Amino acid sequence: MLRFLVTRFLWMVPSLFVISFLAFVLIQLPPGDYVTTYIATLAASNEIVDQNQAADLRQRFGLDQPMIVQYWKWITGILLRGDFGLSFEWQQPVSELIWERMALTLVLTFSTLLATWAIALPVGIYSAVRKYSIGDYIATFFSFLGLAIPSFLLALVLMYLAAVEWGQEVGGLFSEKYQTAPWSWGKVVDLLWHLWIPVIILAVSGTASLIRVMRANMLDELNRAYVTTARAKGLSEFRLLMKYPVRLALNPFISTIAWLLPNLVSGSIIVAIVLSLPTAGPLLLQSLMAQDMYLAGAFILLICALTLIGSLISDILLAIVDPRIRLE
Amino acid sequence: MTGSNVVLEVKDLVTHFPTRTGVVKAVDGVSFKIERGKTLCVVGESGSGKSVTARSILQIVDTPGRIVSGSMMLHRPNGSSVDLATLNPRGPEIRAVRGAEIAMIFQEPMSSLSPVHTVGDQIMEVLRLHLKMSKADARARTIELLKQVEIPNPDRAIDRYTFEFSGGMRQRVMIAMSLACNPSLLIADEPTTALDVTTQAEILDLIKRLQQRHGMGVMFITHDMGVVAEIADDVLVMYHGKVMEEGPVDRIFHAPQDAYTKMLIGSVLKLERKADIRLKRAPIDEKAPPVVEIKNLVMHFGSGNNLVKAVDDVSLSVRPGETLGIVGESGSGKTTMGRCLMRVYQPTGGQMSYRRADGSVVDLVAADKHKLRECRREIRMIFQDPVGSLNPRMTVAQIIGEPLLVNEIAKGAELDDRVADLMRQVGLEPAWRERYPHAFSGGQRQRIGIARAIALNPRLIVADEATSALDVSLRSQMLDLMMNLQDKLGLSYVFISHDIGVIRYMCDRIAVMYRGKVVETGETEQVCDAPNHAYTKALLSAIPRPDPRARRMGQRHRYVA
Amino acid sequence: MTDVTFAAVDKSRLAVASQWQLMWWAFKRHRLAMVGLYVVGFFYLIALIPGFFSSNDPSAQNARAAYHPPQRLHIIDEAADGSWKFNLHIRPYVLRRDPTTLAAIYVEDPNRKVDLQFFTQGYEWSFFGLFKSNLHLIGTGDARQPLFLLGADRLGRCVWSRIMQGTQISLSVGLVGVFLSLLLGIVLGGISGYFGGKLDFSIQRVIEFVLALPTIPIWLAMAAALPQDWPATLNYFMITLILSLTGWAQLARVVRGRFLSLRTEEFVTAARLDGVTEGRIIFRHMLPSFMSHIIASITLAIPAMILAETSLSFLGLGLQPPTISWGVLLREAQNIRSIATAPWLFAPGVAVVAAVIALNFLGDGLRDAADPYNK
Repeated sequence: MLRFLVTRFLWMVPSLFVISFLAFVLIQLPPGDYVTTYIATLAASNEIVDQNQAADLRQRFGLDQPMIVQYWKWITGILLRGDFGLSFEWQQPVSELIWERMALTLVLTFSTLLATWAIALPVGIYSAVRKYSIGDYIATFFSFLGLAIPSFLLALVLMYLAAVEWGQEVGGLFSEKYQTAPWSWGKVVDLLWHLWIPVIILAVSGTASLIRVMRANMLDELNRAYVTTARAKGLSEFRLLMKYPVRLALNPFISTIAWLLPNLVSGSIIVAIVLSLPTAGPLLLQSLMAQDMYLAGAFILLICALTLIGSLISDILLAIVDPRIRLE
Repeated sequence: MTGSNVVLEVKDLVTHFPTRTGVVKAVDGVSFKIERGKTLCVVGESGSGKSVTARSILQIVDTPGRIVSGSMMLHRPNGSSVDLATLNPRGPEIRAVRGAEIAMIFQEPMSSLSPVHTVGDQIMEVLRLHLKMSKADARARTIELLKQVEIPNPDRAIDRYTFEFSGGMRQRVMIAMSLACNPSLLIADEPTTALDVTTQAEILDLIKRLQQRHGMGVMFITHDMGVVAEIADDVLVMYHGKVMEEGPVDRIFHAPQDAYTKMLIGSVLKLERKADIRLKRAPIDEKAPPVVEIKNLVMHFGSGNNLVKAVDDVSLSVRPGETLGIVGESGSGKTTMGRCLMRVYQPTGGQMSYRRADGSVVDLVAADKHKLRECRREIRMIFQDPVGSLNPRMTVAQIIGEPLLVNEIAKGAELDDRVADLMRQVGLEPAWRERYPHAFSGGQRQRIGIARAIALNPRLIVADEATSALDVSLRSQMLDLMMNLQDKLGLSYVFISHDIGVIRYMCDRIAVMYRGKVVETGETEQVCDAPNHAYTKALLSAIPRPDPRARRMGQRHRYVA
Repeated sequence: MTDVTFAAVDKSRLAVASQWQLMWWAFKRHRLAMVGLYVVGFFYLIALIPGFFSSNDPSAQNARAAYHPPQRLHIIDEAADGSWKFNLHIRPYVLRRDPTTLAAIYVEDPNRKVDLQFFTQGYEWSFFGLFKSNLHLIGTGDARQPLFLLGADRLGRCVWSRIMQGTQISLSVGLVGVFLSLLLGIVLGGISGYFGGKLDFSIQRVIEFVLALPTIPIWLAMAAALPQDWPATLNYFMITLILSLTGWAQLARVVRGRFLSLRTEEFVTAARLDGVTEGRIIFRHMLPSFMSHIIASITLAIPAMILAETSLSFLGLGLQPPTISWGVLLREAQNIRSIATAPWLFAPGVAVVAAVIALNFLGDGLRDAADPYNK
C-alpha cells in the first residue's frame, strides 16, 4: 500500500512538470506576442508606437529572451514565490486575479461531482436490478439524451426559458449586491442559491455517462457466483444487493473520477462563458484572445493540475476501498 | 426424531428456462430422497441438469429459470415438514431455510466468495443472520469453525481476504461458512472440480468427517465417477434433465441397469487400464536414438523476489513412435515445459536436442528463426482449449490448410484435396469444410485441432491437456484416434495431463513433475503400480478409483515437501 | 451460446456464416441500433449532397427577411366555394411594423398562396466541384418567393438550408478527426501492445497523462494560436487536427487492450506454430477480430468529435464564418436577445443532438454485436 502510494505520488512530479511546460508552450504558440496585440490595439485607436517603444516594452516583460529562459523564470517564480507573473492586459499580478476564480471553479466542479454521483449511483443500480423495466428504459433514454446535448446548448435553452417564460436573467454566481462584496455568510448562501443552475447543467452529461457505467458494472456483478453464495446464505435481496454487488461495482465507479473530472472541468469552462460565471472559464477565453500569456498560462496550468490531482485522489480512494489493490 | 430419517424428499421436480426460441427443460421430472448422515451423489455430464436440480432446492436458480412443478419436502428434526417448492423465492420462509437448514457450497471457491470482504465477515454474517449472535460471539464461533476445517492460524485467517488463500483453503472457508448453523443438509455442487487431486482428497476427507460428526445429509454433485465411488451411499444418474438410474452405489457400479449408466461407467473403466491398441502393438525399439532429448532445461519467470522457477533443471527424452506422458498438478510446470519444447517460451537455460529425419541434430533452445521454422513443421502442438485454439473467424478448411499454405506445401486445388484428406483422417466430413468452428461440438473441434497438427506430416506432437475439456465419454474416443494416427504416421507424442487415467491409457512412459522438477520417470506400469518417489505415491493414492469396493481415501499417502 | 443467440437463423446457413454475417444478424436484433443506422445513413446522405436538400442558397443574405419566422405549411387548400383538396402550400409573410414599438413583425398574407413543389428547380449547387445541379427536394420554384422552413437568421439567411449545408462540415469533422485519432491511436496503441516492455510502459503513461487532461482549455489555447486569416480549408484541417490530438488516447487504449488480449489467444499461438509470419498473423489472424471492435469504437468516438467542434466553433475559436457548421450556426444563438426574438435559431442544436444520439445508438449496437462468439 505504502509503496503504491509513494510511486503514485512520485509520478505526479514529472506529470506536473510536463503540464507546466505544455501550458507554457501552448501560450507561446500564437504568432507574435502581447506587444504585437497591444500595438495593434493602439493602432486601431490611431496611436502609433515606434519600434523603440515596442522593444522597450518587450524588454520590460522579458519577451525578447529565448523561450526556455522565459519558461525557467516563470516556473521558478511560481514554485519559489507563488508569483505567476504579470497580466499584461490587467496590469496586475496574475496571482491577484486567479485565486478567487479558481476557488469558485473548484466549488462548482466539486458540487457537480457530488450531484452527479448522487443521481447516477441509485439510478444506475435501479436500472441494472430492474433490467428492461419501464424505469430502466426511461433512465436509458434520458442518459442517451444527456450524452447528446452539449452543455452550452442546455445552458442556452435554460437562459431562453428563464428570459421568455419567467422573465428573468439567469447567469452569474452572485446577486448584484454581493458581486463585489467581501466574503460573508450572506454571500455564501447567495452563492449556493445561484450555484444549482450551473451544477445541474454540468451534471447532465456526466450523470448520463455514469448511469451507463454503473448499470454495466452492476450487470456484470449481479451474475457473479458470490451473489448466489450470498443468496444461498439466506440474506434478503436488498441486503445482499447492497453488501455485495453494489460494493464491488463501486470500485470501477470510483476510478471514473479520473476521466469524469477532466470532462467536468472542460464543460464548466464553456458553461461559465455562456452563463458568464465568475469562474476560470470566461477570463481564460478572454486572456487567450488577448494573448495575455501569463494569465492564460496560469489558468491552464492550474486547471490541468486540478484534474491530475483528481486522478491521483481517485487512485488513492480505489486503493483504500479495494483490498486487492491495497495488499498487492 | 421421528421414525423416518429422510431430510429432503423431492418429487417430480420440473425446472424450465424459457429462452427466445423455446423452453429448455433443464430439470424434467426428477425425484429422490436424502437421508440424515447419508451421501447422495448426483452424477452426469455437462448439461445433464444436475446443478440446476441442486439450485432448485434452495430456489436460487439463475434467471430466467423457474420451478414449474413438483414438491420438495424438507423434514425437520422436530417432526414438522415444509414444501420448499411452494415458498416465495424472495420470502422470509425460504431465506430462513437457506444457510441455516440447508447450506450449499460451490465449484469455484474463488468466485463464490467476495474478494473485497474478509472471510470472517462473510462467515459471521451467516451466524448473525440466522442465530442472531452478537459480534463477539460470532467472531469466536467463526474462529472455531475455521479451526474445524483445519485452516492454520484461524485467529489471524479470519481477517484475511480470499485472494490471500490457496484454492483448497478457499474451499475450506466455504465449508466453514456452510457449516456455521449446523445445517441438516449440505448441498455440494462440484466442490472439488477446480482443485488438484491431492487437495480434492483432503476436501472429500474433511466433508466426510464433518458429516459424521454433525450427522447431516449430503447431496454431492459431480461428474467424476471416481469421486462417486469414493464417497456415495446412493447415486442418482442424470442425463438431459432426467433421472436415468438411481440406487445404492455398489449396485450402480457393479450391476448397472440403464444403458446410459453402463456407457458412462464403461468409458470410465476403459481409462482404468492400458488401451487395447497399445497392448496389441509390438514393443518400441529402445535402441533407436531419441527424437528429442531435453537436458537440464530451465525456465524462469520474473526476477528478484518474484522469481518463479517454472521448469527447474528437467531432463527427458522421447523415442521414435513413443508416447511420453507428463503428469503433474497445477503449478508443477508441465504446461510451461510443453511450451518450452515448442519454443513458445524462450527457455532460460538447458538444451533440447531434436533429431531431424535426416539424422542431423538441432538444439531447439539455440535454434535461429529459420531453423526453428523448419523444425516447427516437424514438431506440432495440440491445445487444451478446443474453443480458444481455433480462430472463430476462419473456416475449418482455412484453419487446417493454413500450415500447408504458409509453408508453401500446397495451394489451390491441391490444398483442397489435402484438407479433405486430413478431415477424413480425423473423422470429419469433408463436406463441412466451409463451416466455421462455432458450428462444431467440443469433440469435433478437438478433431480439427488434431487435423491441423498432422497437416505437415510431423514427427513429434506435443498434446497439452488435449482431452481435459471433453466429457469423459468422448475422451477415450479422442485418445484412440490419436493412437491410430500415431501408428499410421509414425508419430511420437509428448502427452501432458493432470489425469493419470488418460496417461495410463495412452502413454508408454511417464514423467512425474512436481514444482518444476521431474521427480520420477519410468515405464507406465512401473510408475503406476509401483511408484518409487513419495510424491508419486501420494499423487496416485489421492486419485479416487471408480470402484466403491476399493475405497482408499483413508489410507492414502500424504506428501509434504 | 451461439446456437441460442441465432436460433432464428437456419442451422445450415449458421454453420457457414462468417464473422460479418453473424455480426449483422446480432446487430439486426438491436432495434434502436437499426434506427440509429438509418438516421446516421440519412445524415451522411445530407452531408454528401446538402444542396439538394436545401431550398435557398445558404449564404445568400436577404435584408427583407431578417429574423423571418418559420413558415407554416398548409396541407389543405380550400377554394372560395368551400370545396377543398390536398395541396401543400405556404402563405407568404408580409413585413409590418408594430405601430407603437416600430418593431418588425411578420404576418401571414391570407390572400396569397404559393404551392410547394418536390424535385423542383432552384439555385445552382455543386457536388464537390465534380458536377453542378439545380435540383432541390422541395421549394417554391420561384426565386423571388423563398421558402423558410425553419425561418431565417439576423441577415435573412435560410436556417434550414444552412443546417443542411452545416451537416457536411460538422459530420465530416467527426469522420476526419476520428480518422486522424485512429491513425495515432493504432500506431501508438499497436506499438505499445505489440512490443510491450518499457516502450509499452512509457506509452501507457503518456496515454494516462493525456486522458487526465481537460480537453477544452487545451483546445482553446491551440485554437487561439491559429491565425484568423487562414483560408477556410486549412483552418478546417487544423481544427480537426487539434481535436484529434487529444482524442487519440482513448482509441490507443482500446487498440492496445485488444492487441494484448489477442496476443495471448491460443489461436494466435497456433498460427505462430503453423509457421505464419508476423505480418500475416497481424493481418490475417488478428485484424479480423480487431476490426469489428475498432469500428464500434470509432462510431462511439465520432459524437465526441462533433460535440467538440460544435463547442469550439460556438466559442468563436473553431471554424470561422463564412464556413458553415452547426457550431458556427449556434453562434447566432449566443446572445439572449436574438434567441428571445428568434428561438428557431436553436434548430442547429436539435440537429446536433439528433446526430449524436443516432451515432451513440449505432455505436452501442455495433459494440454489442462486435464479438458474436463470446456471449
